[in-house]
Amino acid sequence: MSRCSHFIEGMFKSTQAILRCDTMCGIIGVIDRRRQCMDGSAIRQALSMMNERGSGQGAGYVAYGIYPEYRDLYALHVFFDNIRENKPALDNILEKLGTVVHDEEIPTSDEAKIRKVHTPWRYFFRPDRSLMPKSATPDDDIVMQMMMDVNTAKNGTLIFSSGKNLGVFKASGWPEDVADFYRIQDYKGYLWLAHNRYPTNSPGWWGGAHPFNLLDWSVVHNGEITSYGTNQRYIQSYGYQCTMYTDTEVVAYLFDLLVRRHGLSPRMACRALAPPFWDEIDGMPPKEQEINRAIRLTYGPALMNGPFAICIASEDSLVGFTDRIKLRPLISGELGDRLYISSEEAAIRVLEPDVENITMPKAGEPVIGRVIA
Amino acid sequence: MSIGSIPVRFRISIDPEQCMLCGRCIENCSYGVFRKEGDAIKINSRNCVACHRCLAFCPRDAIDIVEKPTDYRSHPVWTREIREAIFNQAKTGKIIVAGMGNVLPYPMIFDRLVLDACQVTNPSIDPLREPMELRTYVGKKPASLSLSEKANGDVELLTELTPNLQIETPIMVGHMSYGAISLNAQLALAKAVTKMGTFMGTGEGGLHEALYPYQDHMIVQVASGRFGVDINYLERGAAIEIKIGQGAKPGIGGHLPGEKVCADVSCTRMIPEGSDALSPAPHHDIYSIEDLKQLVRSLKEATEWKKPVFVKIAAVHNAAAIAAGIARSSADAVVIDGFRGGTGAAPRVFRDHVGIPVEAAIASVDAKLRDQGIRNEVSLIASGGIRESADIAKIICLGADAVYIGTSALVAMGCRVCGTCNRGVCAWGIATQKPELVQRLDPETASIQVANLIHAWTDELAELMGAAGINSIESLRGNRDRLRGYMLDESLMKVLDVKQVGA
Repeated sequence: MSRCSHFIEGMFKSTQAILRCDTMCGIIGVIDRRRQCMDGSAIRQALSMMNERGSGQGAGYVAYGIYPEYRDLYALHVFFDNIRENKPALDNILEKLGTVVHDEEIPTSDEAKIRKVHTPWRYFFRPDRSLMPKSATPDDDIVMQMMMDVNTAKNGTLIFSSGKNLGVFKASGWPEDVADFYRIQDYKGYLWLAHNRYPTNSPGWWGGAHPFNLLDWSVVHNGEITSYGTNQRYIQSYGYQCTMYTDTEVVAYLFDLLVRRHGLSPRMACRALAPPFWDEIDGMPPKEQEINRAIRLTYGPALMNGPFAICIASEDSLVGFTDRIKLRPLISGELGDRLYISSEEAAIRVLEPDVENITMPKAGEPVIGRVIA
Repeated sequence: MSIGSIPVRFRISIDPEQCMLCGRCIENCSYGVFRKEGDAIKINSRNCVACHRCLAFCPRDAIDIVEKPTDYRSHPVWTREIREAIFNQAKTGKIIVAGMGNVLPYPMIFDRLVLDACQVTNPSIDPLREPMELRTYVGKKPASLSLSEKANGDVELLTELTPNLQIETPIMVGHMSYGAISLNAQLALAKAVTKMGTFMGTGEGGLHEALYPYQDHMIVQVASGRFGVDINYLERGAAIEIKIGQGAKPGIGGHLPGEKVCADVSCTRMIPEGSDALSPAPHHDIYSIEDLKQLVRSLKEATEWKKPVFVKIAAVHNAAAIAAGIARSSADAVVIDGFRGGTGAAPRVFRDHVGIPVEAAIASVDAKLRDQGIRNEVSLIASGGIRESADIAKIICLGADAVYIGTSALVAMGCRVCGTCNRGVCAWGIATQKPELVQRLDPETASIQVANLIHAWTDELAELMGAAGINSIESLRGNRDRLRGYMLDESLMKVLDVKQVGA
């Protein structure tokens, strides 16, 4: 969930705070371990299956592998409030930080039932790594910093997707309308995440819809993070700025910090975000106790509390996990090379009627799918 | 004398219809209020400090105490307290010494902060049905972990963790020395913290042999007088605390009068019997932050780096920067003692006028440590004016890892907060060394009361967390999002980094 929130006074100009939303929400994700691509039409159907979990105020998709011709460039998806006023400023920033190889308006359909309040744009961008000589990951750091700066400035420009060979497509509306608006069936990806949102207090700010993305990380989330204040203060001391007015974005930042910067595996990162209870740890063999205690001591401020089911995608993996007492549903299934994770079995069966190994992961235990090719 | 006598503070009366002349009031009052003359009990109200010992032990509820029975001409500037302080100093020419904490009616920040609870969009958690974790580790934590994972799923931990204190509730008992309080009072606290899986401080009074059985739950203090400190003392403690300052009297040392230094206290403190125990204002080997670092590391070296070392400072204006310096000194925890902290004896002018509230101090220390990216380098312990479980929840939301309680633990043993600790004749056997008074306090019974208080507050904390949809205390820590300010001014809300109610 999110604290999705929304700007009340103007799209990106409000000073008002975080409003929680998505109390219910439906999520679904699929990964093909051999990177065989699927077009967006099936996931559109699967997400619509969960309209009971949404309210028509937000939906979104992310697909990995959709820009093979620009695979080495950062694909920046941007909402402009006013293309004439806002775009030159961003063009200027990008020019200073690197090279825009190509940019264009993201194709949308005029027939979809979505009122186009922003202009979605995409850039294929190569940062100038000499600008960050001391960083081990200069490209990522430049793009992340630029994204934080642009989004915190709140001047009619929001970068909502910044990974390579992937793209987020989201808006306010029902899943099928958002899919039709972006012509989602035209994209072919080996990993998809989608989200059907039920905000509790929202006119439906597009930026508040899921998935949330930072670099390679994309997140969809059903729930509400009661530890948001703690998590936010923790990641802020590492230079992350929460700009989306939603609790969900901290998940992407936490994963970026723990996995990319601290070098933990996705499995260990999930352990840090939803660790075992002390009672369980006390009963483990000494070595495991030591590891789990170390994780809880070190990453206590990253622990996520409150009800949630989350799917996190990166270029080579799809991870689903829930809070430590599983207050939100999550179910997984497999067939062949594909792993499916969703709020509802019914949605998975829309994607793949013959799905096997339907399982309900235990509270806090991650389901992880990795590419092998 | 030209000033003459001043009005009595308390007027005592005994209802003759109720009184059966049992004399318990006479036996119990250590301040000499009651005496028997013939068949009557006579009263000298002037001696009364309102410790309620007589009242508590009167079998007939015959005694009544009225505060300030005589009015002065009311005046908003020249209050009774101001006038009486002048009378006092005009007579004596001396600094006024008083016990307990700050008595001025400063606004209570705690009471202008409200906590959050879940409704509909997320479920509250019932601590009776679901796990609720209050376990806290006090000490240094690494900024990140290095883990090596093998293909078969085995994980190796490559980062070495430093020792932490494990507490089952974020409530510890602060440092009250043997000398300031009686051995029975210390014993009661020691039994209580051992039972509750938490810790207490020895204060700067050494560690009496009677407390050795509880040493695994004791934090031994090294203060400017170094009383009672030797290697045996350091090695017995579970942790070591360097006391730089105290919230009740920031910037000055301590004074235990010679009459309190009985044979036993003299042995424990390692000073001659009957001599005044004077703790200097500064540590004379700490004149700068780098000197502190040397002492922290010396104490660690002496105890083979097996024990966490805490540093306690009074909450003063620049507490945030000072704490950041301490965090870089190898210290494992910083204790911030707010200006409402209690004491056995402090100059009134310090007790009431020096230092800042712990709420603001913890908020700014936490923010500064985060700005510098070293919040994990130390734990933060808040003390000074923690009165109830809600205060604990709020101070943890503001950034503390745990709290020290002092006065409230004494109140659990019977203390009525009469503020006369400095006189050394505490009728409750707490702040005294007189054997006939000390024996009034049964360590066993008092320990049950203190343990009950910690237990009750821990349960309340669990309920508050559950209502907020949080099942682990680390998700409450620094979670200022779950606090709102009610009738707090904007600049203070900025310091606390909380929003106003309704936002």
